[in-house]
Amino acid sequence: MKQEFTLSIYSENHVGLLNQITTVFTRRHINIESLNTSESAIPGIHKFTIVVFTSRDQVNKLLGQIEKIIDVIKAYVFTTDEIIHEEVALYKVKTESLLNSNEIERLVRQYGARILEVTSDYTVIEKTGHKADTQELFDKLDNFGVSQFVRSGRIAVTKLKEELLSNYLKKLEKQKSLLD
Amino acid sequence: METKTQPQTKEANPMKKQRMTGSEAVMQSLLHEGVDLLFGYPGGAIMPIYDALYHYQDKLNHVLVRHEQGAVHAAQGFARVTGKVGVCMVTSGPGATNAVTGIADAMVDSTPMVVISGQVASPLLGTDAFQETDVVGITQPITKWNYQVKRAEEIPEAIAKAFYIARSGRPGPVLIDITKDAQFAQIDYEYKPVEKVRSYTPATPTKKDKVAEAARLINLAKKPLALVGQGVVLGNAEKELKTFLEKSGIPAAWTLLGLSALPTEHELNVGMLGMHGNYGPNVKTNESDLIIAIGMRFDDRVTGNVQKYATNAKVVHLEIDPAEINKIIYADVPVVGNVKESLPMLTAMVSENEHTDWLNEFRVCDKVENQKIINEELFPSKKGMTMGEVIRRVTDSYGDDAIMVTDVGQHQMMASRYFKFKNTRSVVTSGGLGTMGFGLPAALGAQMGQPERPVCLFVGDGGFQMTIQELGTIFQTNAPVKIILLNNNFLGMVRQWQEMFFDKRYASTELVNPDFQMIAKGYGVAGAIVDDRDNLDAAVQQMVSHDGPFLLEVKVEKEGNVFPMVPTGASVSEIRLE
Ligand SMILES: Cc1ncc(C[n+]2csc(CCOP(=O)(O)OP(=O)(O)O)c2C)c(N)n1
Repeated sequence: MKQEFTLSIYSENHVGLLNQITTVFTRRHINIESLNTSESAIPGIHKFTIVVFTSRDQVNKLLGQIEKIIDVIKAYVFTTDEIIHEEVALYKVKTESLLNSNEIERLVRQYGARILEVTSDYTVIEKTGHKADTQELFDKLDNFGVSQFVRSGRIAVTKLKEELLSNYLKKLEKQKSLLD
Repeated sequence: METKTQPQTKEANPMKKQRMTGSEAVMQSLLHEGVDLLFGYPGGAIMPIYDALYHYQDKLNHVLVRHEQGAVHAAQGFARVTGKVGVCMVTSGPGATNAVTGIADAMVDSTPMVVISGQVASPLLGTDAFQETDVVGITQPITKWNYQVKRAEEIPEAIAKAFYIARSGRPGPVLIDITKDAQFAQIDYEYKPVEKVRSYTPATPTKKDKVAEAARLINLAKKPLALVGQGVVLGNAEKELKTFLEKSGIPAAWTLLGLSALPTEHELNVGMLGMHGNYGPNVKTNESDLIIAIGMRFDDRVTGNVQKYATNAKVVHLEIDPAEINKIIYADVPVVGNVKESLPMLTAMVSENEHTDWLNEFRVCDKVENQKIINEELFPSKKGMTMGEVIRRVTDSYGDDAIMVTDVGQHQMMASRYFKFKNTRSVVTSGGLGTMGFGLPAALGAQMGQPERPVCLFVGDGGFQMTIQELGTIFQTNAPVKIILLNNNFLGMVRQWQEMFFDKRYASTELVNPDFQMIAKGYGVAGAIVDDRDNLDAAVQQMVSHDGPFLLEVKVEKEGNVFPMVPTGASVSEIRLE
């Protein structure tokens, strides 16, 4: 059965890693639904957040191949209910449409969005939320003409009490100090 | 699995920090890793390194090949027979792209190797400069790790890391691309071997509970079958394997790359798995109630149709690479770790056993295979010579103690079936990639790695011509490689498929060949040609007693076929005997 999975991949911050990671997906013809890269809470460690729609068996195989990449420290996979996740969307509309009726402002309030910038020509609206919500807002705003729309990749943190990566790094330290 | 660590040479780095160029740092670093032999080909972007090599010729033997693909295959041959890291050097652009096939081959066959490529000077990177290619990009999916060095200071650490990664865990090829300006620049050289990399775990410690679970299944099994892969050889675990098998009494079949992990004549050795493997291990896979896979990865040439594979068996999988677990075949009990560690743990927990009846079932299969295939292949009733009879004659002449190198095709399968092994690390063949042209340079590398052991290359008339120029390297080094050219005037393996699956439409598989003897002569390689069975013995004797390289060309039956065969898409139990 296919379902949505979110992968959190922690790595050294090296050039070319993104390419190495995405190759694992493209080789197996698995579409990346969303991708985000950023720093993690731990200095020097980079985090990739990738969303895929596939089977549990397949996602485990992906995980195995990703962890094989030398510069990848650790990768985890989560189902959607195991994480808190968000995406950010930006909508650019004509300021004229904003002024012509109250509807846009009403939508902004209703959807918990906010107005980032208003110029005489255009207005930029921002909304943070799940994909369905940002999409819904797009559909509504588009009645007034959205000239640009963009949604970021998913970002996510786990609902777990313990921190998987820090625990893993501690374990690693212990194992490797045994080697010394 | 840590392959043998190479000894540190005393000459390297007498003082702590020395001022030197990046190129000299490459030399020093190689010496530190115990390298004394490397294969390569110079060019513009790697000239500073070759210039440094000029001053290190007494310590570093550089073998000048005739094509960069040859350098890589030679390094692979060297690595496979010695357990050390093979090293090669190529220039940027076409030099590096010529190396690609060999690197891909080493990747699928887990061969420890370090490739050093020259690169255009760093200010020119990304400008389509002369002989600039993005080698790091090109080789990214076919290396275990790769890295571009743009500053000379990075050289010692990059090389140290390269060797560590190449040889540890599941071994593989590593490429280090060094820009020309980094080769020229001066640094304060200091070498620290790398022993850990935070993001990389070569092997995880074996879990005792998994071993116990595996032992429980083994002790219950009525028809267990062990599948022996190259992991045993890479882990130097041949003795551990033997002890395990002998205590548990479990029949063992080997994969193509698992050949020679156990002596051929060992009573528990039931032969080769896979498409052209032996009858017994293939059909018995589907009767077995427990498969114990040891350092192997269930390649599709081994499994045939996976849906119909090992249908009655539970699977225990001993494997160093966690990504191999459940990749193809679900493992009821995965035992992740080095087999060198897990096998003794398992041996301690299994009960002594003899599976006499089960083993006898294999003997019955052997009888069938002997009658239907092997007898005719080894002692043909027809006039035409078979590959099998030549191979058996050669292996017998060396008392089953030669190193077998093959190219790819029918002769490869025949050699794997009929060559006999006494000692481990006696096989060099291109398994996962099936690279024609692999054989000749790999044989050279194997011979240079094991100068005291006889090296026999079996090669077809097709593959021979893919890297035939390496006869030049053999001539120059005088490496006493024995080349057995099984000439059927066809791209035999493809022709066999055309015969069986394409109604004998022999599209572009018949070869009009040159006079191979004359070519060999041109390269100063002695030779003999045999087209009649009556002359075979004498010619083999002439080859064996010849001191130096030799080309034994045998005109074999043009349309001979390799059997048994598991046709693509069929189950291993549907193996065809004719
Ligand atoms: C580089 C490369 N190209 C093509 C193939 C496909 N192929 C596999 S076996 C074979 C025929 C090999 O013929 P030959 O070298 O004469 O050996 P034989 O099968 O006759 O023993 C071919 C073309 C390959 N394995 N490698």
